[in-house]
Amino acid sequence: MPINFIHPEYEVIRDFNKCIKCRVCERQCSNEVHKLDPDHNIMTADDSKCVCCHRCVSVCPTKALKIVKSDHTFKTNSNWMPETITEIYRQAESGGVLLSSMGNPKPFPVYWDKILINASQVTNPSIDPLREPMETKTFLGAKPNKIERDKDGRLINNLPPQLELTLPIMFSAMSYGSISYNAHESLARAARELGIYYNTGEGGLHEDFYQYGANTIVQVASGRFGVHKGYLDAAAAVEIKMGQGAKPGIGGHLPGTKIGSDISKTRMIPEGTDAISPAPHHDIYSIEDLRQLVYSLKEATEYKKPVIVKIAAVHNVAAIASGIARSGADIISIDGFRGGTGAAPTRIRDNVGIPIELALASVDERLRAEGIRGNVSLVIGGSVRSSTDVVKAIALGADAVYIGTAALIALGCHLCRSCHTGLCNWGIATQKAELVKRLNPEVGYTRLVNLITAWRHEITELMGCMGINSIEALKGNRLMLRGIGLNEKELEILGIKHAGE
Amino acid sequence: MFREGENENRIPSGCAISGIFSKKGERISGESIIKSISVMHDRSNGLGGGFAGYGIYPEYKDFYALHIFYDTQAAKDECEKYLERCFEIVNLSKIPIKKTRKITNEPLIWRYFVYPLPVRLADSHLDEDEYVVRRVIKINSEIKGAYVFSSGKNMGVFKAVGFPEDVGEFYRLAEYEGYSWTAHGRYPTNTPGWWGGAHPFAMLDYSIVHNGEISSYDANRRYIEMFGYKCTLLTDTEAITYIFDYLVRRMGLTIEEAASVVAAPFWSTINKKEPQEAERLKYLRNIFSSLLITGPFSILLGYTGGIMALNDRLKLRSMVVGERGDRVYMASEEAAIRVIEPDLDRIYAPKGGQPVIVKLNDDVKI
Repeated sequence: MPINFIHPEYEVIRDFNKCIKCRVCERQCSNEVHKLDPDHNIMTADDSKCVCCHRCVSVCPTKALKIVKSDHTFKTNSNWMPETITEIYRQAESGGVLLSSMGNPKPFPVYWDKILINASQVTNPSIDPLREPMETKTFLGAKPNKIERDKDGRLINNLPPQLELTLPIMFSAMSYGSISYNAHESLARAARELGIYYNTGEGGLHEDFYQYGANTIVQVASGRFGVHKGYLDAAAAVEIKMGQGAKPGIGGHLPGTKIGSDISKTRMIPEGTDAISPAPHHDIYSIEDLRQLVYSLKEATEYKKPVIVKIAAVHNVAAIASGIARSGADIISIDGFRGGTGAAPTRIRDNVGIPIELALASVDERLRAEGIRGNVSLVIGGSVRSSTDVVKAIALGADAVYIGTAALIALGCHLCRSCHTGLCNWGIATQKAELVKRLNPEVGYTRLVNLITAWRHEITELMGCMGINSIEALKGNRLMLRGIGLNEKELEILGIKHAGE
Repeated sequence: MFREGENENRIPSGCAISGIFSKKGERISGESIIKSISVMHDRSNGLGGGFAGYGIYPEYKDFYALHIFYDTQAAKDECEKYLERCFEIVNLSKIPIKKTRKITNEPLIWRYFVYPLPVRLADSHLDEDEYVVRRVIKINSEIKGAYVFSSGKNMGVFKAVGFPEDVGEFYRLAEYEGYSWTAHGRYPTNTPGWWGGAHPFAMLDYSIVHNGEISSYDANRRYIEMFGYKCTLLTDTEAITYIFDYLVRRMGLTIEEAASVVAAPFWSTINKKEPQEAERLKYLRNIFSSLLITGPFSILLGYTGGIMALNDRLKLRSMVVGERGDRVYMASEEAAIRVIEPDLDRIYAPKGGQPVIVKLNDDVKI
């Protein structure tokens, strides 16, 4: 056997004084880290298998376990970092592309954290959300650019189809396949309870979930998995997925091992085959082709449902969005480079695309400069982590946000970033029945409702501070924001002033 | 000197407002409105006052009356050259003033009665109003030292840095008569030395006097600027004026509908309405969502043939309305009404978001 060059990144620390050898860690760890050594009657751990998902830590009844980052070190080097060296070992051994999951973990600037929010003092009053109405209702969809009246002078409702949300947050696209049945059920039920929408991702819609159709956005992606008339009819809106923030420019790959009978039926592909989404849509090689797909879907749904076009935030995103705004799309969704994924080539996830804050600011400004901001609504995602990120996104110009990672964390995800292994100990990113059942949809949906309810409270508090009692008065209200520690160019792109100005 | 809009300075301010309207179209001397606003002296701080009068130029009622401030003779020369290229100038003169020690550092203040050159108008494929609007915006944003502060027909705005009663005296408003007057006293929170920043703010015949500081400002501004408006002053009042011009003149909403856009009823109120009315209000709130104004405001919108008083949805600024015969009075404080009409038929405080709209009687020609 060749020498293994890779030292475990994390170590399992067990307090033997506390360990009662109940072996729950052993039973619960799908990565098979823990084992009882029968000869010595002690629990052992194989650190090399640990992904740091905290399942064992959480279920240990005596709190005997913790996971720590190994202090094992390479000889110090500011150029050749341990991670870089380890990745080379792995590739030298396997000859393969490095795979990763969830969002870009690299230390790129997080602009949300360099933006501060305003509050009213003296010249206008702040508003107490406990005493005054505080409105967060949001509509998504194109707005007509003229009004029409009937012969009696009454306004005619000439609105194209709209999505109505109780607050500007939606659950972003995560396919059945990349996440579990129970995770989907939790999202669907929470969306219905909250009066918002969840998104099927590109994996089709399980027949059990048609009942949540009024709160469902269905996706049409390059693989066209699970797309049929009933699927489109079931939904409130249809999203064309052109790109994903975590892996702009490439498609997707759900390995055959995850394509069991249910997923095979939902995706409309044979059991056990790999589900490969091509990098581009092969019927869309340019903007005029996109327009044809937008209108094909509108024809298929009789112009009753908004069509969303989702793109990854890339360098030329403003021009691309401007083209989409003229393509008949009702809503543009932009996914930033910190957005999550069930699996992506590491190099792409960590190096391709741009931060959503900059993409949002430049798209919103560009659409306004061209006078077409009213043609489309703008939904952004790609690492919206808290209610303040939501407020900052709306003030920069978004109509609403998509949250994916935050929703999964609410369901119990510990961001171990190992979704691609399919061994999710929390029952989220797995198709193994014994793991899936660990996520109770009743509990999951309650936790999602709690999270969004908590964020709603915080959003209305922040609005009250600013003296704003309706979310639409926050949209694009960039004077409510100030940058901190940003250079002139960054401020210019974000369209905000520096703190103190 | 701090000029609004320059170096991207945005200046909040508190204020007093007052208005008088005769439904029969009787011509009221400017003296009354000066008397009314002067009662609220303490609501302004001497850094801005102004008036708008309607029906004051009956002899020139078919021509746009442009009131322009010039910082320099050079600005005047440049602007007049531009005006001559765009308009037939029927009459031009200095606006008559009375020198007082209370109003100082006045710019050159000129008045032009004009109509668009027919050939230029035809070439532009615009209607007359839009033609004028574009010229006004161009002068204000591109000719340095020139500022058009009034551009309607048979109406005029008069404003300056000073207390409003002194501004009225300065412009000799007692010599004008109109069926509708609005007035404003300003309390800005720093020291603008620029006359254009005073209220009323006007575009064509829409004029706004405003008390408040809106929290939706940048949302409103960035939306309205999509349609060719340039909010160069960065004041709420400027943005509100453009919003009404856009909604009423360009989109064709009624004044009432425009009011239910900028001070939209709460969803909880809309949900209690009859289905048809609820749908109408929901429609307006949805398509014009970016023109909802939040934060405190009380405004008087003057326009040809009417006046509207409107408060923000929470009524965070004071405003009372009094009636006597055909006269309607609107002011920040009751005292400002009582001082010119002690004997009122009715006086009340309109609710937040509830527009009070008064129009000339149908048989009145002005």
